Amino acid sequence: MALLEVTDLEVEFPLVRKTLKAIHGISFNLEKGERLGIVGESGAGKSVAAFAVLNLLSKPGRISNGKIRFEDVELSGLDAKSMRHIRGNRISMIFQDPMMTLNPVLTVGTQMIECLKAHRKISNSDARELSITKLREVLIPSPENRMKSYPHELSGGMRQRVVIAIALLTDPSIIIADEPTTALDVTIQAEIMTLMLDLCKTKNLGLILITHDLAVVSQVTERILVMYAGRVVEEGLTRDVINNPRHPYTRGLIKALPQENKPGERLNQIRGTMPSLGAIPPGCAFNPRCDFADNACELEVPDLMGADSHRAACIHMDKIPAFSDEEAGK
Amino acid sequence: MDYLYFAIRRLLQAVLVMFVISLIGFSIQDNLGDPLRELVGQSVSEKERQALRDRMGLNDPFFIQYGRFLGKAVQGDLGNSYFFKKPALEVIAAKFPATLELVIGATIIIISFALPFGVYCAIRPKSWFAKFIMGFSIIGISVPVFLTAIFSIYIFSVELGWMPSFGRGETRDLLGWNSGFFTQDGLVHLVLPSISLASIMMPLFIRLIRSEMMEILQMEYIRFAWAKGLLPRRVWFLHAFKNTLLPVITVGGVQVGTMLAYTILTESVFQWPGMGFLFLEAVNRVDTPLIIAYIIVVGLIFVVTNTFVDLLYTWVNPTVKLVGQKS
Amino acid sequence: MKAIQAFFTSDLLFRFSKDKVALVSFTVVMVLVLCALFAPLIAPYNPYDLTSIDIMDSEIPPLWHESNGDERFLLGTDPQGRDMLSTILYGMRISLAIGFFAVLLQAFLGVSIGLLSGYMGGRVDAFFMRLADIQLSFSTLMVAIIALAIFQAGFGAELYSKLAIFMLILVIGIAEWPQYARTVRASVLTEKHKEYVDAARVIGMSPARIMIRHILPNTLSPILVISTIQVANAIISEAALSFLGLGMPVNQPSLGSLISSGFEYIFSGSWWITVIPSIVLVILILSINLLGDWLRDALNPKLYKD
Repeated sequence: MALLEVTDLEVEFPLVRKTLKAIHGISFNLEKGERLGIVGESGAGKSVAAFAVLNLLSKPGRISNGKIRFEDVELSGLDAKSMRHIRGNRISMIFQDPMMTLNPVLTVGTQMIECLKAHRKISNSDARELSITKLREVLIPSPENRMKSYPHELSGGMRQRVVIAIALLTDPSIIIADEPTTALDVTIQAEIMTLMLDLCKTKNLGLILITHDLAVVSQVTERILVMYAGRVVEEGLTRDVINNPRHPYTRGLIKALPQENKPGERLNQIRGTMPSLGAIPPGCAFNPRCDFADNACELEVPDLMGADSHRAACIHMDKIPAFSDEEAGK
Repeated sequence: MDYLYFAIRRLLQAVLVMFVISLIGFSIQDNLGDPLRELVGQSVSEKERQALRDRMGLNDPFFIQYGRFLGKAVQGDLGNSYFFKKPALEVIAAKFPATLELVIGATIIIISFALPFGVYCAIRPKSWFAKFIMGFSIIGISVPVFLTAIFSIYIFSVELGWMPSFGRGETRDLLGWNSGFFTQDGLVHLVLPSISLASIMMPLFIRLIRSEMMEILQMEYIRFAWAKGLLPRRVWFLHAFKNTLLPVITVGGVQVGTMLAYTILTESVFQWPGMGFLFLEAVNRVDTPLIIAYIIVVGLIFVVTNTFVDLLYTWVNPTVKLVGQKS
Repeated sequence: MKAIQAFFTSDLLFRFSKDKVALVSFTVVMVLVLCALFAPLIAPYNPYDLTSIDIMDSEIPPLWHESNGDERFLLGTDPQGRDMLSTILYGMRISLAIGFFAVLLQAFLGVSIGLLSGYMGGRVDAFFMRLADIQLSFSTLMVAIIALAIFQAGFGAELYSKLAIFMLILVIGIAEWPQYARTVRASVLTEKHKEYVDAARVIGMSPARIMIRHILPNTLSPILVISTIQVANAIISEAALSFLGLGMPVNQPSLGSLISSGFEYIFSGSWWITVIPSIVLVILILSINLLGDWLRDALNPKLYKD
């Protein structure tokens, strides 16, 4: 049995005149110690999916259907008290912008100790000691002094390290990281990603990494979920999906990556943009932007098809040519 | 060091504003009424008048006269009230405790209701009680202070006879402060005026606290606090409330001044013997030195509270950028 | 005008038609404004016409009062024998006019300064924004009371009563520009560096034209929201000033001066002279405030916050 099982999850946002569906039934599993990547452009619903797991959807969003099972507990519709024991204790989150994640008027120490005290019976001095240990684990220099710092006194990279330390405080079994490096400088991004990968491996931590950056995902994760317009369009082992994408959207994403061996060449952008929630085209949502689309694509939403280890939601997946060596680039 | 630089700039600005206020005050003196007539009456000949004007320096250039005015003002001499025949500042100082009493009474009412109500409305915006408070508060800001005052007198004094209708009650000295807070009669007289004065500011603060806190509750760090599994009361009353307080303090500082304006209305309805009532009387009597003294005292109160709040805000808030001022 | 089109095709009208409070307050405001506008046609008497007033008719209670109501005067009469209904209609006219024109002045000053400040930047900007800071730190009502008190003392009561309406508009109008200026400035700053503004500059449009054609429409909804609330505030300020005797004179009363002149009669039992104009004033302000609140929630513009 998987550690986390999400089945047919649907999320909707009731607005004034209509209800927008952000997620149209997605399913995925996470095994203990597994690292899963959720990839897609902004607006694909990947962050919404992550927040739905801990019922942290921003208003007026709500889970309208589906199951989220963590260990033996059903998380959707869980009462507030039990949910609190999961949040930050068994499942931790790391948010996108460390500038916005830490409370500006509370010290790092306060924000760490309160998290421990929320989940453990622990004395202040022990909580302090443990917090300092965790800060040391995420390679923050002179952690004793940093405990007294306010967030604005730290650099962006340091702040994100603090956030990771907070996420690790209670030794959770899953960390959900929502674009953890997007807001950081490029040089810092690699450091933070390496740190997270090391921590996950040594602690056998489950990781759900939400990002639009395929390069990051291919380095860190073992399995990938590609999302488009609120649906999963492809899933499989990272290696398979990157080397042999079966969905035209995934293929487009990979082709759009800048290629190290061909500097100066035009990037292959996917034409068009992700549709807004209110204007998702009928049939396969990707069809207006797809090079392989025909009339059949507009008829119905395709299901995920193929072997369990690598599935894609495209009725033409067999016609799609494999990546040539040249195209694959890597 | 940055803070010191900021503080010095802020203090300089305060001095500059006071300078401008005194200039305005002085030009009023120059244009409003003839100080000579107040001194000697109409019966003196034109020649004698001119001699007297020369002797008093009233024919000197504007800025020399202003310099003299400023020099005296700094020493606390703002001239004598025509009506009371006493130093204007002394007259105002005598009325100050009555106004202060009113302001303190109203502030106590405002803080003890606006804080819990505002926070409640932010946390439970959809509950019926929050809707009731919000409905009540919009009525509150729509009823002018003087109407609240008039109708509270009409209902509680004239019709029901529960409360005295006007004036300040008995006062008593305590630790050098002569106030109605220390006698029962004084307190009874304070009730209606304080409520009237509070009636317009309280809904304002409820709405302010609510909207600030609701905005804070949308912040990413609040979501992170929830994600940490903290208790709701910790998220609300520590994480959100502490961030809410800062903007509320700033606005609160400005509102101290606004409250002073409303004291004029409240005092006028209740015939409360405070500074505002005194000012209205001075205007009717064209008691120029007293008018100017009031303007300068009120200006000083505004400038001091605002400077203090700005300095405090910057001191308390660890994130504020020390570039000049809030901008 | 894209902004205006967007205004009508947005969810705004739909939400408006669904919101009872908005509908009712809008209707009330419209009815009151129309009554004020057409007061000379609606009012049974002209309260400014001294020949139609008979002092024998003074302090007649409203028609429904148990004793001695007079069917000529639906809402009774005031101490000078003027018909309350007519006086209130004319008074509301003055209150609304002062509110409207004062806000017009505020908006004009604020928008101009905001555009200038945001577009020029540098010292001009620093100067105006510091000025705005300082002005906001003083209470409008306080400044207005002091300014009007000085004018009154300086001009003498008689001359002042003739100028009162202009002085009120001027003082209330000048005192409240900073909120507009800050909002418009913030909007200019965000728009200034967008490509279409650069493009307009490249094709040789003058800065004034760029600001008016391209930047101003983006600030329409915040200006609308601020203005609604400000009209209510201006009417309150006017009423307060008139109540203190610094506003409209008794022979040309606004709602505030009507309430003020009736205040002393409340103790002798002639409550209607104060109570009826008070109710009208409160209903007027409340409806405008409700409408303003609804607009703010519905349009949700980026208002400048200090």
